[in-house]
Amino acid sequence: MSSSNLNILVVSGSLERLQMAAMVASVGAVSGAQVKVLLSMNALQFFLRSNTGEPAPEGSFGRTMAGKKIPPFKQLLQHAVELGDAKIHPCSMAMDVLGTQPEDLESFLARPLGLTRFLTDSADGQLLTF
Amino acid sequence: MTGKQVIDARGTFCPGPLMELIAAIKLAEVGDEIEVLSTDQGSAADIPEWIQKVGHQVISTSSDSGVWHVVVRKAK
Repeated sequence: MSSSNLNILVVSGSLERLQMAAMVASVGAVSGAQVKVLLSMNALQFFLRSNTGEPAPEGSFGRTMAGKKIPPFKQLLQHAVELGDAKIHPCSMAMDVLGTQPEDLESFLARPLGLTRFLTDSADGQLLTF
Repeated sequence: MTGKQVIDARGTFCPGPLMELIAAIKLAEVGDEIEVLSTDQGSAADIPEWIQKVGHQVISTSSDSGVWHVVVRKAK
């Protein structure tokens, strides 16, 4: 995975998809990939500092995860940034819809990014959607 | 840092033990050994895979009473 680009589009607000996206981002970033994540749609709300809610599971696996010592998805994404230099961007369109400002979001997020720029940057690498 | 650092990641699921190891490697000096204790079998396989991918060394991998002991050395 060295020197590859891994681009991850996260739109789901389900626990399982957020967890898997964060796992891929963190392990990819610490393994040498240049990781860029775009948080949009139902995913972005969980990165508001004011949001203390947890994403709901969408299936039995997500329910089974509860109570086990599984690293929280936000912690994994923070590791991706701090240990692997990943970039986690909020989607500018989703921010407009939610009426959110950058200072309302978790501090480890990078600047807001538009879809056009994200797709342009993703052209030379893998693009995964959760 | 000298000697062998031990990371007790028992009870934590993938990729928690790996992330704890990586954080420790960042702070370690070249030549330092780090032992990870994990009850997660996936991590016992993933940690050596990551170590080899990024160019460090796996010293040993063993299992005792359901606990995996993975010893690695920071090589660069």
